[in-house]
Amino acid sequence: MTIPVLYAGSGILLFFIGLHALLIRRHLLRKIIAANIMGSGVFMVFIALGARGDSAVADPVPQVMVLTGIVVSLCFTAVAIALAVRIHNLTDCTTLAADEESSID
Amino acid sequence: MIHPGPIFDLILMTTLITLAWLLLAGKDLFRAVVLFISFGLLTALAWVRLGAPDVALAEAAIGAGITGALLLVGLGKLGSAERCRRTVRPATALQRLTPAVLIAVIIPSVAVILLLELRQLKTISFGQQKLVLSLLDISGTDHPVTAVLLNFRAWDTLLEKGVLLLALTGIWSLDQAHPLFHQEPLSPVLKGLSQLYLPILIIVSGALLWQGSYAPGGAFQAGALLSAGILLAALGGRSLPSYWPGLPLRLLASCGLLVFLLVTALTLLTNELPLNYPQELAAVLILLIEIFATVAIAVILAAAVAGGHPAERHKHHSPSPEKKP
Repeated sequence: MTIPVLYAGSGILLFFIGLHALLIRRHLLRKIIAANIMGSGVFMVFIALGARGDSAVADPVPQVMVLTGIVVSLCFTAVAIALAVRIHNLTDCTTLAADEESSID
Repeated sequence: MIHPGPIFDLILMTTLITLAWLLLAGKDLFRAVVLFISFGLLTALAWVRLGAPDVALAEAAIGAGITGALLLVGLGKLGSAERCRRTVRPATALQRLTPAVLIAVIIPSVAVILLLELRQLKTISFGQQKLVLSLLDISGTDHPVTAVLLNFRAWDTLLEKGVLLLALTGIWSLDQAHPLFHQEPLSPVLKGLSQLYLPILIIVSGALLWQGSYAPGGAFQAGALLSAGILLAALGGRSLPSYWPGLPLRLLASCGLLVFLLVTALTLLTNELPLNYPQELAAVLILLIEIFATVAIAVILAAAVAGGHPAERHKHHSPSPEKKP
């Protein structure tokens, strides 16, 4: 029982490490990696909650959800990188500048 | 004597968290991508420890494989320097305060609350496992994960195929594919390796696909391996015949979703319930869906790494010869 809790706790930590980096880091590629790590954290909580039973194999339903989630996060990564490359090609920027500029004026 | 399992778990989790912190905090972006690939491999190890080998296979093929390839290609195009043409204006006091409060106060406190809530978790003996196992006989497959994936919760998988196709449509609408791998005198090592590995990858992905009916494996893992094969072939200097990038490529990319939709429509017409397979046909239908899904996933992932729609009148698909704007 303590092992799934260890994994679930690590998943939560990974999620917040990723969220922190997503907000702090400026390079788009690093933001994409950070979102991926957040996803890994969520998946880890899912699988850990499904592994609370006594049997050696985890609950298949969360496993399937995580499998689908991995595919969706891959799709996210692919589209996000394509968008980042597009931004780079159009503006020669590798960061988003809008957050500092969206002021009152 | 102390059981080594928990110690291993503890070391693994410490490594994962340290790795995540290091790769997100470090200066060098290339190092971050490489560390992210090793992070993916270690996560696969964690899935094995939690008794989820299917997820481990998918994570190793995707988290460490295809995502790594995508990130490396993206890094090659973007470069690791943080560049921004606009001058950053000094923010107002409130603007400066908001992210600081969010990052320094809200995130840690939510994390701590969630971690404390973990104490309330109770041991459950089976969860949904018993239900799935009791229905395994009528599902048309002997592996619980495949049964849930393609029978009990087939809706999720159908939509997932749609998401994959949607992602490819998004990528194709943004840009045209540029040559990824242009090494003029092709290294003989690369050529030899691609010749050696391509058949092996095709056979292993076929085996994984077939194995999905009774053991960890299945369409997605097989498709990811196959797309690695396609990328390796592209690295080895192979290219598709000129008539491919048009309709055939689009048909291959969408065949997974199309066949799945066809099965949904047929079951809807015959049973009044979509994706409620007749018991004697379930195994055949699942295999049919999985075969086309594997091909579609392989094509979609390889095309996603190529990053753009194929050049219309050129010869190649993955590394299409096109000049940079």
